[in-house]
Amino acid sequence: MSAIIYIPGDSGALALGAEKVAKATAQELAERGIAAKIVRNGSRGAYFLEPMVEVETAEGRRAYGPVKAGDVKGLFDAGFLTGGQHRLALGDPEEIPFFAKQTRLTFARCGITDPVSLEDYEAHGGLDGLRKAVAMAPLDIVSQVTESGLRGRGGAGFPTGIKWKTVLDTAADRKYIVCNADEGDSATFADRMIMEGDPFVLIEGMTIAGIATGATKGFVYIRSEYPHAVATMNKAVEVARKAGVLGATVLGSPNAFDIEIRVGAGAYVCGEETSLLNSLEGKRGVVRAKPPLPAIQGLFGKPTVINNVISLASVPVIMDKGAAFYKDFGMGRSRGTIPIQIAGNVKHGGLFEIAFGLTLGEIVDEIGGGTRSGRPVKAVQVGGPLGAYFPRELFDTPFDYEEFAKRDGLIGHAGITVFDDTADMLKMARFAMEFCAIESCGKCTPCRIGSTRGMEVIDRLAAGIEPEKSLALVTDLCNTMKFGSLCALGGFTPYPVMSAITHFPEDFKPTPARVAAE
Amino acid sequence: MSLQPASTEIAARTAAVISEMKDLEGPLLPILHGVQEEFGYVPQESLLVIADALNLSRAEVHGVATFYHDYRKQPAGRHVLKLCQAEACQSMGSDAVAAKVKQALGIGFHETARDNSVTLEPVYCLGLCACAPSAMLDGQVIGRLDDEAIDEIVAEVRR
Repeated sequence: MSAIIYIPGDSGALALGAEKVAKATAQELAERGIAAKIVRNGSRGAYFLEPMVEVETAEGRRAYGPVKAGDVKGLFDAGFLTGGQHRLALGDPEEIPFFAKQTRLTFARCGITDPVSLEDYEAHGGLDGLRKAVAMAPLDIVSQVTESGLRGRGGAGFPTGIKWKTVLDTAADRKYIVCNADEGDSATFADRMIMEGDPFVLIEGMTIAGIATGATKGFVYIRSEYPHAVATMNKAVEVARKAGVLGATVLGSPNAFDIEIRVGAGAYVCGEETSLLNSLEGKRGVVRAKPPLPAIQGLFGKPTVINNVISLASVPVIMDKGAAFYKDFGMGRSRGTIPIQIAGNVKHGGLFEIAFGLTLGEIVDEIGGGTRSGRPVKAVQVGGPLGAYFPRELFDTPFDYEEFAKRDGLIGHAGITVFDDTADMLKMARFAMEFCAIESCGKCTPCRIGSTRGMEVIDRLAAGIEPEKSLALVTDLCNTMKFGSLCALGGFTPYPVMSAITHFPEDFKPTPARVAAE
Repeated sequence: MSLQPASTEIAARTAAVISEMKDLEGPLLPILHGVQEEFGYVPQESLLVIADALNLSRAEVHGVATFYHDYRKQPAGRHVLKLCQAEACQSMGSDAVAAKVKQALGIGFHETARDNSVTLEPVYCLGLCACAPSAMLDGQVIGRLDDEAIDEIVAEVRR
């Protein structure tokens, strides 16, 4: 058997030079006349170790990282193909603390297998969930998903099974499964990682959703900023079709299901489900009023399941191992595991999948290892551009939908951005308003106008013009946006703004330095 | 000097793109992507042809084409450089990166260099938040931008 070398093709690894490493490796192999296979796997998610190269040895896999192209020759000299010692040696990847502490259910294969090899997928437990589902009655599949306690991982946390039940119960000649892969929140990359690293799990999850609800067509709406994810998903869909996983007879059963990959066009608001549906229909990505719910009148007016990538990718393990197995993880009403994405100014940035319940402090300090700059942590934003800023005083908050809501925050898509003490929270609050102004779909006034006015009022605050009046005005404006906007863009922009004002009041006081700088 | 094709040619090439995608469900976005891939931007002349083929009003097609940030009204420079300006990149100094790049290229965001070498754009998240600050040069992703990486990018677009 020739050696196997794994070099991630994940965008994050590519951004850190994985392509050059792969080229250098191929060249060394040719020059040394060694027969070895290079597999472009996904990333396991430890971006502080990427590009992390792995080799298959007699004792199992051995990892090296972070590898630069210039290190490759040295790795060959050190005999890394058989696990030789080298300053970049990390040993058995499963034993690296960052991975050993995780509970990988949704991301069980990500970074381990060849993303577009269905054989690899099946050898690692893939399709077991779908095989069970094709032998079940639709209602039983829906019940199993409901019992698992799975809630929408896109941010809203709505019970997935209940959504599916509504679609199942709504009679129609055509139904759709739409996967929301418009992952626009800063600090989030879980959807991208799964699409680039284990695309079949998403295809499997969507197919199960189709069988469960009677839908025969699925769309994956991927943002255009993710060209690598688009390419991998297209390839995987093609492979799945050829293998009969998708098509007129899913795995030889009477169920038909097919998937089409669609690419967004740079509008953040299309991550909102109704706006996404309009975009898929070929319209402006303007938010729709609810009701009617998409589950009753969704894509092209037909009953539609619209779920986030991670929600759908979590379904196969639930079908395979059972609702009780999945439900056993977590706390309160937040069941199962959540892929936490630790990003920004952090030492050990990456994706960390674990049961709900870790405290914010454990995530930031212990797993994340504090800031990359080495300075003290000032704030962390949880849940993307529409999530609240948390100060260190709230680091005892457990990672749980309800616990975060109690403290005027949200989990969102589980992205965490860490800021050190150089962060200016007034600037971040202004950015939240600016971002909302850039990305507003324009349908409702609180969001369209409120965001621009909010930016202006915060500018006045920064300039020290009537600070008390300005502060009262921005608070009032946030209230209007929160309760008067149609969707989460206008409705949640107040979270970062108000949390910055509440927890970091010193940054909003006019300082001589700030006034002088204007 | 105009390198833009004549309008009859635009109509013909647009029609070819449309014929490939017309049967998709909700074909407008894929068609606009196809047109932009064909011409490097979405020409005004194409909108008419698309409206006609899909039985939409010109206003509807214009409305869609202008709603999305991706569709260009003019051709971009030879290179397109996107700098991520979202929160995670901000926490790692994307402001300073943007300032340096703007100075080195002599253009601001949404501008194209006079020699047509490069178009500079902000982007709100490339999903490379654990290796911030990040950028995308002609579809190629770059993480942990430092001075050396910025110099390399500038040299690349000037080549």
